[in-house]
Amino acid sequence: MSATDSYIARIEGTCGAESDIIVVLKFDKKDQALEKILKKAVLKSKIADMIYDLRFEEYSFRVYASGKIIFRGIQNKQTLNKILAELLL
Amino acid sequence: MYENSREQVAKFINAKESSEIIFTRGTTEAINLAAYSWGLNNLQKDDEVLISLIEHHSNIIPWEITAKLRGFKIKYASVTSEGILDLKDFENKINSKTKIVCLNHVSNVTGIANDIKQLSKFVHEHGAVLLVDGAQSVPHMKVDVQDINVDFLAFSGHKMLGPTGIGVLYVKKALLQKMVPYQGGGEMIKDVTFNSQSQQCTINWNEPPWKFEAGTPNIDGAVGMAAAIKYLEKIGMDNILAHEQSLTKYAVDKMKSLNKISLYGPTDSSKCGIIPFNITGLSSHDVALLCDSYGIAIRSGYHCAQPLHQMLQLQSSVRASFYLYNTTEEIDRFIEVLKELQTL
Repeated sequence: MSATDSYIARIEGTCGAESDIIVVLKFDKKDQALEKILKKAVLKSKIADMIYDLRFEEYSFRVYASGKIIFRGIQNKQTLNKILAELLL
Repeated sequence: MYENSREQVAKFINAKESSEIIFTRGTTEAINLAAYSWGLNNLQKDDEVLISLIEHHSNIIPWEITAKLRGFKIKYASVTSEGILDLKDFENKINSKTKIVCLNHVSNVTGIANDIKQLSKFVHEHGAVLLVDGAQSVPHMKVDVQDINVDFLAFSGHKMLGPTGIGVLYVKKALLQKMVPYQGGGEMIKDVTFNSQSQQCTINWNEPPWKFEAGTPNIDGAVGMAAAIKYLEKIGMDNILAHEQSLTKYAVDKMKSLNKISLYGPTDSSKCGIIPFNITGLSSHDVALLCDSYGIAIRSGYHCAQPLHQMLQLQSSVRASFYLYNTTEEIDRFIEVLKELQTL
């Protein structure tokens, strides 16, 4: 079990031609995870403390207060795991 | 109770007999049953199956698999730029080799209904049989299998307020005799006799529909589905359709006034309660996740209809859908969320 597993419930590839990945946070850990992410990523915009448009290194992603994160254009699981580890640890 | 449920389903779709109702796990398994039990035993190498490109994968894959096993050919009828069945192409592709035509009644992406009664007449004139995927029609409108004259009709319990894991394949009685079970064991056999001389078992099938229901049946599922039907009938299928069409019109009119929204398919009032769309600059998944944050459940992606998305040149789409429990107030809330989304 990796350290990020304590925050992540599951990772889903989306259905469609886009290469989006959805990360679903564990319900009881989502607020803690969100706090960590907001400290490390650059906030581009937000809507009513519900949706955060963020950037980390060269990657753009959105975090939803419901506990879901959508990453765009990440080609492999290794890169995703690296980003998640840096954001959540 | 299980057999009473079968009677209730038969009455609901106006089947001549309850023996024409085979319980399955859902629409997908129902179409697989038709493909394996009827398709593998009635289609030969030079035969053709005609399917439309609007279909859900569940009405494509079972035929693709069995085509590879038996060697028959699949032809695909195209769609117009609005995502509706291209009737000219359909007419061009049907011929004396066509043995079965597989179409949805209502598209799970566009909400547009095929004129099945008319298409059925045309298919039968060509000597083929017609399988209809009724997953998006049976829960939403009155479907009378004798009136529309279909040979197979597949639908699911969970799309009509019933439980998951239960569905139906309606098969016209004359075709039941042309089907061979593709799953064995349980209620589907009358007896299995071991002959000690030949060292073989002789199997005597049960009568339809039990012949096609191998294993322990999903009794609670069937009873739950029948209870859902009773509830729907109490409200009235015509009332349900009218309510959905009115909600759809209400939502479409409001969505048309939003700047970044692209709506797909015809938006007239005959549409069932499904609205496919995208928002410029946002992926369908972004839209779905945002709506989810506000407690609004919509679907994003291909909706298990990738060929239709290819034809419409869409990467994916968002689908808002309505049923009898939705209200105009909920649509107002949905529109407010879409407006917020436009600011992203």
